[in-house]
Amino acid sequence: MKIAPPREGMYGLLAEFNTPGELVKAAQSAYNAGYRRMDCYTPYPVEEAAEAIGFTRYHDRTSLITLVGGLLGGLAMYQLETWVSIFAFPLNIGGRPLYSWPAFIIPAYEWTILWAGLSAAFGMMAMNGLPQLYHPLFNAPNFRDGATTDKFFLCLEATDPKFSKAESRAFLEKHAPISVVEVVY
Amino acid sequence: MATKQKSVQTSVQDPMLDPVTGELRVIAPGHTFRSVTEKVTKIVLTHSTPGFWWFGAALSGMLTVMMLTAVAWLFLRGTGIWGITIPGAWGFAIVNFVWWIGIGHAGTLISAILLLFKQSWRNSINRFAEAMTLFAVLCAAMFPVIHTGRPWLAIYWLFPYPNTMNVWPQFRSPLIWDVFAVSTYATISVVFWYIGLIPDLGTMRDRAKHPAVQYIYGMLSWGWRGSVRHWIRFETASLLLAGLATPLVLSVHTVISFDFAVALLPGWHTTIFPPYFVAGAIYSGFAMVITLAIPIRKLYHLEDLITLRHIDNMAKVMLTTGWIVAMGYGTEAFMAWYSANKWEYFMFWNRMFGPMGWAYWFLITCNIALPQLMWIRKLRLNIPFMFVMSLIINTGMWLERFVIVVTSLYRDYLPSSWGTYKATRWDYMTYVGTWGFFTVLFFLFIRLLPMIPINELRMLLPSTKLKPHYPDAEVVVEGAD
Repeated sequence: MKIAPPREGMYGLLAEFNTPGELVKAAQSAYNAGYRRMDCYTPYPVEEAAEAIGFTRYHDRTSLITLVGGLLGGLAMYQLETWVSIFAFPLNIGGRPLYSWPAFIIPAYEWTILWAGLSAAFGMMAMNGLPQLYHPLFNAPNFRDGATTDKFFLCLEATDPKFSKAESRAFLEKHAPISVVEVVY
Repeated sequence: MATKQKSVQTSVQDPMLDPVTGELRVIAPGHTFRSVTEKVTKIVLTHSTPGFWWFGAALSGMLTVMMLTAVAWLFLRGTGIWGITIPGAWGFAIVNFVWWIGIGHAGTLISAILLLFKQSWRNSINRFAEAMTLFAVLCAAMFPVIHTGRPWLAIYWLFPYPNTMNVWPQFRSPLIWDVFAVSTYATISVVFWYIGLIPDLGTMRDRAKHPAVQYIYGMLSWGWRGSVRHWIRFETASLLLAGLATPLVLSVHTVISFDFAVALLPGWHTTIFPPYFVAGAIYSGFAMVITLAIPIRKLYHLEDLITLRHIDNMAKVMLTTGWIVAMGYGTEAFMAWYSANKWEYFMFWNRMFGPMGWAYWFLITCNIALPQLMWIRKLRLNIPFMFVMSLIINTGMWLERFVIVVTSLYRDYLPSSWGTYKATRWDYMTYVGTWGFFTVLFFLFIRLLPMIPINELRMLLPSTKLKPHYPDAEVVVEGAD
């Protein structure tokens, strides 16, 4: 496994807003100005903010993972039942058929749901890159008090080609945030 | 129209009425993102544990010890200490199993089905209803396992795993279907509940003062930071889990009803069972949510988050499901006559007028007659009345399962093998003990985790004006505070 070298310097600039409306406006104009490496942080889902930075449900692969997981789960259980009932442990009960598929549907149905649900939950978290207990944003002094409570953040990341410390700060200041904070690693 | 006008007039006096719709508000006016967050997190992030918590936890702890005693004695002596006999081989264990798992169903209904129907009022009661599901399923799953007498020997005929005896489960049996239905239900409920908790655990981490507490909640929250990209996937996953939990919850009680319906016993062998069991499950589950919600909102002063609107809506759900259950009873009675089957006819006669007929009439009183009082709006909004009503319905639903299990079994085809059923003290100790076990888990939950989903509560506030599909968001609160 490759371990990333320790990083230093600046992660990005973090602007704090009071309302979701201000955040969406700022995010939209940052996107229009050509910024791409950025993210918004909100205390509840603000779909418009995600759309503003160019992330929509079409970029979200959770549904596909769920579908595949569910199909595999259902198929696995159905095959197990078939194999057990025909080959591993055939029981002749009054000459009834060994391959009694209607009875097999129920456990297979349950496993479809089981594996689809597990895929949805863990697939979603994996695509989010979580668990990730450390993140540079937690270094910002105002982030933890606001982001999970009542403030709306826009972070322009330093890796964006358009990013420049002075210009990006001026750009963010234009949208009248409560504060613009430098986030360091 | 008249009520609308009236409520507009009274809205000056009553801040809990919405001036636009005339409906009761889902949450009280004047709340902000910060105030709801603090209100919910402060219940947990405090040094002082309230006295009623210690009292309740101690009392239910004692009941749990009683349950453990009864179960320990059961493992030492075997199921002979219970009242089960032949023909009444399914006694309290199965009655309690069906009762508890039915209670669990309301949690999933609130968290999944009402989410799909965009019933945003569910947001404040969703988390603890789901916790109730988990604990109820735990209590439920215990009963069939201990009913095997020696559960550590039961694993090989419950779960398909390669064992040295080369024995595999019988997949054509409804009891095996049950194993998969209940274990899937438990797993998906835990996952759904935990995924919903993650953003709130992030909030808890950020609001906690003590480093150790921050550390624990930080680990539990998986480092959640509220990125909108994460939120979009989170919402998709929540909707998917809701969409999966809906057919799941309907299938679980259906499969449980197959345990009965697949058998050839009069009183069990009917096709009405699956829908009638599912409706009954939701009926009793909502009753249990009310039983829990009323003391919680009182003791933790959450009247502005769990409002009369919630109680009112839940009462309406109970009225509806109560009538579906009533139709189930009616169909059973009708078919006993219409089928012209003398076994079926006798079973029903015996159920109503036999030695245990009292149980049937008691159940009809609790489940059908008394709940009709909930048609009266004044009573639906009366908290003590609703509390008592929820207990009545829970009793009725327990009796329903008792009637189905016992009165069908103890007098079947052969009068020479008729018997009776009488529960022993160990049966009662185990059953009452699970109330304690359930309550102990619930007390721990409300002390250690945010019992109201904070992130979903925020979405009910008027300050989320950007989200037009939440109807409450558009209400401009004037004159609040």
